[in-house]
Amino acid sequence: MLRIKRVPTVVSNYQKDEAEEGAPRGGGCGRNCLNKCCIQGAKLPLYAFKKVNQTETEKGLLGHETKELPVEFLDSLLLGEWEDRVQRGLFRYDVTACETKVIPGQYGFIAQLNEGRHLKKRPTEFRVDKVLQPFDGSKFNFTKVGQEEVLFQFEASEDGEVQFLPNAPVSVENAPSVVAINVSPIEYGHVLLIPRILECLPQRIDHESLLLALHMAVEAGNPYFRMGYNSLGAFATINHLHFQAYYLAVPFPIEKAPTKKITTSAGGVKISELLNYPVRGLVFEGGNALQDLSNTVSDACICLQDNNIPYNVLISDCGKRVFLLPQCYAEKQALGEVSSELLDTQVNPAVWEISGHMVLKRKKDYEEASEENAWRLLAVVSLSEERFQEVNALIFEAIACAGNANEDIAERSLGEADDKPQSHEEVDAINNSSCPAMVSGTHECLVLQ
Amino acid sequence: MDSQLSLIEESFNNRYSSWVRDALDDLPDNFTITDPSISGHPIVFASRGFLKMSGYSREEVIGRNGRIFQGPRTNRRSVMEIREAIRQERAIEVNLLNYRKDGAPFWLLFRMSPVFGKEDGRVTHFVAVQVPIVSKKHRRNNGVSFSEDGESGGLREIVFGSCRREVCSDSLLEFDRVLALDSDSRGLEIQDSCEASDLEKQRAATAINNVLSVLVNYSESTGRSVCGKRCNLPGMSFISSSLHISLGRIKQSFVLTDPHLPDMPIVYASDAFLKMTGYDRHEVLGHNCCFLNGVDTDTATLNQIMESIQTERACTVRILSYRKDNSSFWNFLHISPVRNASGKIAYFVSVQIEEGSKNQDRHGLSPEMRQLSAVGAIKVAVRSLSMSAGTSKS
Repeated sequence: MLRIKRVPTVVSNYQKDEAEEGAPRGGGCGRNCLNKCCIQGAKLPLYAFKKVNQTETEKGLLGHETKELPVEFLDSLLLGEWEDRVQRGLFRYDVTACETKVIPGQYGFIAQLNEGRHLKKRPTEFRVDKVLQPFDGSKFNFTKVGQEEVLFQFEASEDGEVQFLPNAPVSVENAPSVVAINVSPIEYGHVLLIPRILECLPQRIDHESLLLALHMAVEAGNPYFRMGYNSLGAFATINHLHFQAYYLAVPFPIEKAPTKKITTSAGGVKISELLNYPVRGLVFEGGNALQDLSNTVSDACICLQDNNIPYNVLISDCGKRVFLLPQCYAEKQALGEVSSELLDTQVNPAVWEISGHMVLKRKKDYEEASEENAWRLLAVVSLSEERFQEVNALIFEAIACAGNANEDIAERSLGEADDKPQSHEEVDAINNSSCPAMVSGTHECLVLQ
Repeated sequence: MDSQLSLIEESFNNRYSSWVRDALDDLPDNFTITDPSISGHPIVFASRGFLKMSGYSREEVIGRNGRIFQGPRTNRRSVMEIREAIRQERAIEVNLLNYRKDGAPFWLLFRMSPVFGKEDGRVTHFVAVQVPIVSKKHRRNNGVSFSEDGESGGLREIVFGSCRREVCSDSLLEFDRVLALDSDSRGLEIQDSCEASDLEKQRAATAINNVLSVLVNYSESTGRSVCGKRCNLPGMSFISSSLHISLGRIKQSFVLTDPHLPDMPIVYASDAFLKMTGYDRHEVLGHNCCFLNGVDTDTATLNQIMESIQTERACTVRILSYRKDNSSFWNFLHISPVRNASGKIAYFVSVQIEEGSKNQDRHGLSPEMRQLSAVGAIKVAVRSLSMSAGTSKS
């Protein structure tokens, strides 16, 4: 069994050291949490998003787009609720008082000096050789956070229109997904999206949850609001399904990296490989609908976790681009293959670090931060070229298999498109569905028709 | 919307006189001019050539953001590069896939350059030239077609799907061939990347220079000169155009004040603030907020504000404020420090809500929550935009 010792991040004011956890609490715990004891009668704001597929959105842009671009509604809600928690003093420190800079160089890595984030916590052992582990209710999970740390409930609207209820009951039957603050933020607006929180799902991506996260990125409508996911073994510290997100209005180095297209999936999702970036990874973009992008990415994620390969996901550009990065840092760390120089920085290369946003704990590291140092750390995170190609082969096989299952749907839309004058999107859909098989450099083209 | 259109016209005419439009219309190039200081960073001028190329009418384009020409296949990384160039107030040249009004995509060379005002060194406009990319190879290709109204000007040369990239494997080649067989003029595969020729780059550079020289000439006639190069004027501390763009998205009444300048003057005032108080922008910029106070304004409340500023804390008060016409209103005022990337206080933000105003959010977000959301958006903008080098002011 591979284990590493690290200081866990305190994401909630109700998170105790593991040693103090474990004693099950009786009813009415008195801290107004999200467990059965307190959930009765609880009310939280509810934001219901409109389910639009991406193609429609794009048509809207070409056609009758509104003239102005005010701050989007979800953006306002999130920022407003977050600032409210700032004023109520719920955070462990003021993240805007933490110094931050863009490191000079070609990529513009971002460094932040955050001396307060890891104070007052003891290093804990984490098992890093199992990407999927069962949910353990005795450990800290998000049902234990106080209701004041929850900003709002987030769900799909029933009638296809954006809805907002300032005071909606939290109903267990509804399987609410919630957005909560991270009390140790690494940037302004740092929140956690916890899909179907009361179902106590382990940290494991499924189609529905990834689509929910993509919807949140789309709804926020802000290219500087990114969402991220860390699998177990890739520096997730809490085994309760969650995505993270925050605002940082500078481009991330990973977003600037050039890419090379590998293939286009049956659903129109373009899959590329990152080039000239220290961490090898895949980029997913486009798709005939948001659902296509979501399905392709979640098929890939599910493939990785089923094969016990730790990975990180970055959702960027308002849900238009998704980066998938398999990694092996924790494994190397557990095997003693990481230099003490790197370990001394105590930087945990999770999704944000891999994307190029380095949160540093020591002033020395902050002052000496350079593109070279960032690159050196991230190079250790990356799979080797050989292993990456092996993993890609697994991913493309998984996507192709899953794609075949959707073939019927593709054919149906082909029939519909025939009757109408064709827009370029529809034509693309036809062209793609005429060759639904995945094509990739390492893979044969499976022609199915 | 009408008020925004008149704002656009006014801002353009004040800078360059109303004659500038005729002079710009005489230029044969495809270009647009945008104004970052107006909310939404809208297009304020579009050339005849550009309108012909894009298929839009002038009315459909003025007041809109340039993103309306992008579509599903537009490279997201190129879009990001343009966004960053705007924020860093620098020139950029990038190959871009845009869409005509009828939905047809085409490759163009996009070259953009900032225009600086001489009086304060701020970016007043961005000029963006679009040169359609012509491929020499296309004439040999199958399935190449011209746009329907291809007789006119530069449009004649636009070829859809003409920029073929080398394919990397046999299977991909196969895949491409399937796509190329489709002979519908819009159905041609648009390649993922495209290179402009030296000639096209030269055309873009010349076009930018032509537009800039017209703008420079006409700005001299109004006494508000512009130039194509950044002119550094030490001592001026108004905010950068990138911060302007971010702040312009926030549709609420607020001002930013700079505590590091004598008398803590206003350095930014939102449109909603000007509307609420009845002042013009030039009447408030550079002045302390105290012009909002009047005979019946409570001194104790003013002291409370002073104290919160001194202790660098946020505060919310209800205070009697006065408009320019001397009428008063109850102002539900929130003040908060705003820090820059060094973690130091750069500004104080004051967000005003007029008590009893029917200014309800259409989604039902409370005025208090919107007030806080403005504070949040401003904190993000100021922190992030002071991280990167190259803006007028950090």
